[in-house]
Amino acid sequence: MAERICRALRDGALEGEHAPALTIKDSNESPLGSLLFNHVLSQLSSFIVAQKSQSQGIVLVALSRGPLYYEELFKSKGNNIASSNKWIKVLDCCTDPLGWRSKLMESGRIANLTPGTSTRANLYKNLKDLNKLLLAIVELGKELVEDGKGRFAVAIDSVSEMLRHASIFSVAGLLSNLRSHSQVSCLFWLLHSDIHETKAIAALEYISSIQASSEPITRPINGQRANSEKLPFLEQNLRGGKIHIRFKRRNGRVRLMSEEFCIEQSGIKFTPISSEAEMIAQSLVPKVQFNLELSEKERNDRAKVVLPFEHQGNGKTIQIYDGRKSLNEDRAEIQYTSAEKVQTVTDSGRGEIIYFRDSDDEMPDSDEDPDDDLDI
Amino acid sequence: MHPYSIGPVTTMDVQVPNLLDDALGGGGRVVLIEDCVETSGAFVLHHFLKRSLSPNSSDAVIFLSFSQPFSHYDRILRKMGCNLVVRRDNKRLLFFDLLMLNSLGREEEKTSEDLLLSLYEKVHKAVEICSSPARNITIIIDDVSLLEVAVNCLSNMVLDFLHYCYSLTAEFGCSLITLNHEDIYSSLDKSSLILQMEYHADVVIKAEPLSTGLATDVHGQLTVIDKGLGGGVCNSGKICNFQFRIKDNQIEYFYPGSRT
Repeated sequence: MAERICRALRDGALEGEHAPALTIKDSNESPLGSLLFNHVLSQLSSFIVAQKSQSQGIVLVALSRGPLYYEELFKSKGNNIASSNKWIKVLDCCTDPLGWRSKLMESGRIANLTPGTSTRANLYKNLKDLNKLLLAIVELGKELVEDGKGRFAVAIDSVSEMLRHASIFSVAGLLSNLRSHSQVSCLFWLLHSDIHETKAIAALEYISSIQASSEPITRPINGQRANSEKLPFLEQNLRGGKIHIRFKRRNGRVRLMSEEFCIEQSGIKFTPISSEAEMIAQSLVPKVQFNLELSEKERNDRAKVVLPFEHQGNGKTIQIYDGRKSLNEDRAEIQYTSAEKVQTVTDSGRGEIIYFRDSDDEMPDSDEDPDDDLDI
Repeated sequence: MHPYSIGPVTTMDVQVPNLLDDALGGGGRVVLIEDCVETSGAFVLHHFLKRSLSPNSSDAVIFLSFSQPFSHYDRILRKMGCNLVVRRDNKRLLFFDLLMLNSLGREEEKTSEDLLLSLYEKVHKAVEICSSPARNITIIIDDVSLLEVAVNCLSNMVLDFLHYCYSLTAEFGCSLITLNHEDIYSSLDKSSLILQMEYHADVVIKAEPLSTGLATDVHGQLTVIDKGLGGGVCNSGKICNFQFRIKDNQIEYFYPGSRT
C-alpha cells in the first residue's frame, strides 16, 4: 500500500488535472513521519533516476533538516547527491529562514564561513514571504527540467515549520498553487498533526489527494499511569507504527487502507496489518478443558460424511416428496427394499436413512379442514 | 520481571556513573531535558557540563544561563571535581550570564527579535571561536522557559532562536542541550513550545519523581528516550529508565529494583 503511494506520485498528474498531493502526518506519540517522508523521497528519487516517473527531478524544500542531512540520506541510499545534481535541487530554508545570518554577515558581525554546507543548496532567507518561496521553487524546478516542458516533483519537509512563520491561508495558497502548476508532477509534505489546530490540518488535507498518517501500534491504557508500565509501549512506537492511508479518487471515491511498518537498519519495512490481528484473535479463544479444535484426520472424516439429502442425484431417480403417492412409487419401493437387503449384506458399514410415509389413508394436501367435523 | 530491571548487579559500582552516558550514546545531537516541580533536572545539565569539560577531552561548552549565576554552577561542579574557573580561563567554557537579558534589552528599547538576534550573534561567534581547532562543541541552555520569559513569552520567537541553534548543530556538528519544564505547559495547548521542542530533539530525558512516592535513598527516575533518528540513517529508537540518587559530589544511577 505504501508502494501505491509511491506509484501514484511516480505516475504524476494527468492532463487537465491537479498534481497528486500527499500529506504525511505524524504525531508525538508516533514521531516517525520524517522517516516515512524520507522513504517516499528515496523511492521517488530512485524512480526518477531510472527514468520511470513522470517527473524529471525533485525540488526539495528543506525546512526542518539542513541540506547536509539529505546529502547523508542519499549517500546512505547509494545516490551521491553530487552526481544527482541534475535531478534534485535542495532549497535550503533551514539554515537561515529569517535572514538573521545574512543580516549579521552583511554587517560583518559574524564571519562568512559555512564549513559544512553544500554549495549546491540554494539558500532561501525569508520564510515569511511564501509568494517568493513559490517563485523560488518553480524557478528551481524549471532548472531541473530540460526542455522547459517536463514536469518536476516538489517535496516539503515539514509544513509545520512553514505554519510557524506564515498563516494557514498563505500556506494552503502556496500548496494549492503548486499542485495546480502545469509543470508540477506531484508534491508531498510532512505535517506534525498535534501541534496545529484541527482546522489547519483539515485545510491541508483538502488540498491533498492522498493522506498517510503514522499512528502508534499500541496506546498505553489509561490505567497504566506509572511511567515504567508505559515504557514498552513507547519504545514499540519508536520502532514502528501503523500507517493509515486515504486515497481520494477524482470521482470522489475514498479508499482507506492501513498497514504496519517497522524501522529497520536498511529502511522501513511494511507488512500487512492482518498478521498480528489474527494472532490476537486466536489467543482470544477461551481456554477450556474440552477440545474445541479438530485434528486433521477428524476434519477429513467429517468432510466424507454423506448428509441425508446428498445421496440424491447420484444416478438414482430424484424423489421429491409431494404428499401423494406417485405412480412409480410402488415399484421403486419394491426395488428399494430389495436393494436394501443386498446392501446390508455387502456394505454393512454404510449407514442409510430410509423414510416411509406413516399412513396412506390421509390425504394431507386436501383443501378440507381436517377438524371440520368437530362439534365443540 | 520488569524488562529494565536486569542490571549488572555485581559490577554495579563500576558501571553506575556511566548508566546515563550509556543511554545517551554518541554526541552531536539535540538533547532536551524535561523536568517538573517535584524533580529538578538541573543535575543532568551538570552531568553534561562535567562530561564535556572532562580533562581527557578538548571539547568546549557554550553555556547560556538564564537561571543561575556562574558562581552557582562553579560551586556545584567544584564538588563534582571540575573547576569551571580554570575551564573558563582555558576558553573551554564560554559562559554567558543572561539573567538580566530582559531588563538590559528593554533599556535600549530593543524588540524581542533584536534581543534574540544579538543572542544568536553571541552564540554563533562563540561557536566560531571554539571551532577554530576542530573539536566537539556543546551548547547548553538553562533554561528555555526563562528565555521565553525574557522575550515576553513569545514562544514562536524562542522556537526561531532554537531553530537557528539547531541549524548550527547540523552545520558545525555540535550538540545542543536544553532544559525545560514539562508541567508549565498546558497539555491542551496544541502549539506548546515543549511539544515542538520534543519534535526537534533526538534525545528526550525526562526527570520525574518516583511513581511509588517519596523514598529517602532514591530521589527520582530518569527516562531517556532516544528516537534514533540522527544522521539520516534509520536506527530503531530505544528507551531507558533508571533511578537516581543525588549525592554531594556525584549522582548515582541504578536500575529500578537493583538497590535495596
